[in-house]
Amino acid sequence: MMAAFHMNNGTILSVKDLRTYFQTEDGVVKAVDGISFELKKGETLGIVGESGSGKSVTNLSVMRLIPEPPGKIVSGEITFDSTDVCALPLDEMRMIRGKRMAMIFQDPMTSLNPFLKISTQLMEVTQLHLGHNKKQAHAHALKMLKTVGIPDAEARLDNYPHEFSGGMRQRVMIAMALSCDPELLIADEPTTALDVTIQAQILELIKDLKSRMGTSVILITHDLGVVAGMTENIIVMYAGKVFEQAPTRELFATPANPYTKGLLKSVPDPAHEQGKELYQIPGLPPDVARLPPGCPFQERCYRVEDICRREFPPFVRINDDHHSLCHFADEVYAESIQEKAAK
Amino acid sequence: MSETNGNTLISLQDLKVHYRLGGGLFTEAKIVKAVDGVSFDILRGETLGLVGESGCGKSTLGKSILRLTEPTGGKVLYHGNDLAVLSQSAMRDHRKNLQMIFQDPYASLNPRMTVGNIIGEPIRTFGLANGGSVDTKVQDLMETVGLSRRFIKRYPHEFSGGQRQRIGIARALAVDPEFIVADEPISALDVSIQAQIMNLMERLQAQKNLTYLFISHDLRAVRHLSDRVAVMYLGKIVELAGGRETYADPLMPYTIALISAVPVPDPEIEATRERIILTGDVPSPINPPFGCPFHTRCGYAIEECKQIVPSLVEIKPRHLAACIRINAEHPQIEANAAAGMGAIGEGKGISEAL
Repeated sequence: MMAAFHMNNGTILSVKDLRTYFQTEDGVVKAVDGISFELKKGETLGIVGESGSGKSVTNLSVMRLIPEPPGKIVSGEITFDSTDVCALPLDEMRMIRGKRMAMIFQDPMTSLNPFLKISTQLMEVTQLHLGHNKKQAHAHALKMLKTVGIPDAEARLDNYPHEFSGGMRQRVMIAMALSCDPELLIADEPTTALDVTIQAQILELIKDLKSRMGTSVILITHDLGVVAGMTENIIVMYAGKVFEQAPTRELFATPANPYTKGLLKSVPDPAHEQGKELYQIPGLPPDVARLPPGCPFQERCYRVEDICRREFPPFVRINDDHHSLCHFADEVYAESIQEKAAK
Repeated sequence: MSETNGNTLISLQDLKVHYRLGGGLFTEAKIVKAVDGVSFDILRGETLGLVGESGCGKSTLGKSILRLTEPTGGKVLYHGNDLAVLSQSAMRDHRKNLQMIFQDPYASLNPRMTVGNIIGEPIRTFGLANGGSVDTKVQDLMETVGLSRRFIKRYPHEFSGGQRQRIGIARALAVDPEFIVADEPISALDVSIQAQIMNLMERLQAQKNLTYLFISHDLRAVRHLSDRVAVMYLGKIVELAGGRETYADPLMPYTIALISAVPVPDPEIEATRERIILTGDVPSPINPPFGCPFHTRCGYAIEECKQIVPSLVEIKPRHLAACIRINAEHPQIEANAAAGMGAIGEGKGISEAL
């Protein structure tokens, strides 16, 4: 596509010091509190975290889909292909959303209208964004259903969402999201509700479409297995902060943050023998409305020291691409390198 | 199959749960074969993992063992009794020994009862303690599962998901059972909490000599917890072997694909490994395909697979699989297919199966 002409040397999305807060009865919840990252064109970035880490709010912020009130982007910059997303009037944002940025969710039923045939829903997108007439839109909808691998696409166009299985519904949603050939696709837990054989199909589909269309992808998930095979870079979020940021291989091989290390170790490895006790991170994911002073992870951390209870940790640079939010990032990193060498 | 030896705690023999669906004056009722002739033994003190995709019948199977769903055929042998045909009152005597942990700790706890009453109810019902000693027993149980004794007066909504699952486990343990069906006990929990609950289940098993049927779609968790693993597809067990064998050396094509589909949390491995992508969805159990239930998605299916129902037979020592393209002499389907071998395994033809 000729229209894809970008000026800022390959960066499609840049988020700087984003803060999205919610007013609740419990006080202000800092769901996302000062996070920054960049996404290069054609790159897949994984955002990993547990419930309440802020990973979904980050991406709803990028799409400007935060319900306001109670939520609000209180500060920060979101730049999408040289456009300042936060400064855009809502009607202009609406023209970008669905056309140049698209999103797929965990549960397709929440984003498909149960009362409309899927042909109507697919056609609506290109009629609105690409100015298709009915005939063009219909042809395009059919092409998209075929692209995402829905068998017997012609007949399926007239079906309603409930007539599709979970995996097929997810395909319909991907077809809709990719209808206008977006530059950025945000996939929020796209396979969490699916069975593993269907998950494999959908992940393969996203990979394949990405390589054919050159789409940049943000993949949000709690499953470290999913990000391992799909992404080039990873952000680990905890309590609204970026705890670690690194190229995928480096993050898995030599994590520099105790939380990342704990997460990686607590996943059962099929190659290991049965019955060995799993490494476990003690305690519970944090209540973002009631964070202690100092490091938000202090109560669950295996190497907590006094300073962690007093001072908020620095975002330590390990190398140009690898950063970790920890008072002892360098030590944890050195530890990981030793452990790797010992293997 | 029924090698009921001294070590067997529960023996399932040709267990069936069929539902009738619809059916009126002019329309024929459809039969859903949720569980369709399942036979295996659960050994004392083991964890038997039961894996399969949604709709394969694994939860129905778990519930039918405890008679939370009525079996429509077959036997559940337990201490010399067939649980499947016991009267409700006779079954009640066994409930003390047979407990269940549910997937959704939000839905399975009464929101209007305090934790003390939730865990205490089975203790009172079975008369295991009375008066003030109930609370003491409840608090001991809370401590056992890692909850503070102080929380006894709290309500379920005051707890996190992981803590609620601990309450569910404490309730199951309250009557000192010997067998627990755990139906997706970690699926609704955060990653860091899943490890905590799995460790807790293992610790309790060792302490109390519990036997688990661990039902899950999470193959990594099943591999970690289970001594043996049964793989279920469309109401039937298609492979049954030791945990290590199931993962290192799966024999039945569905198991091979299922294990290959699990993402490995290691970018180095993911970058190079070949994944088998199954086409299509699981067929509906309302109209299951005849022959091998998996033939509609199987890359190795031949004409005979549509006509012969494969039997679950021992292919390697203590490693059972249901596939007509393998047998004890030729256990590897890929090699058999490459060599052009056809139907070499055991199965039942149309006339025998009907």
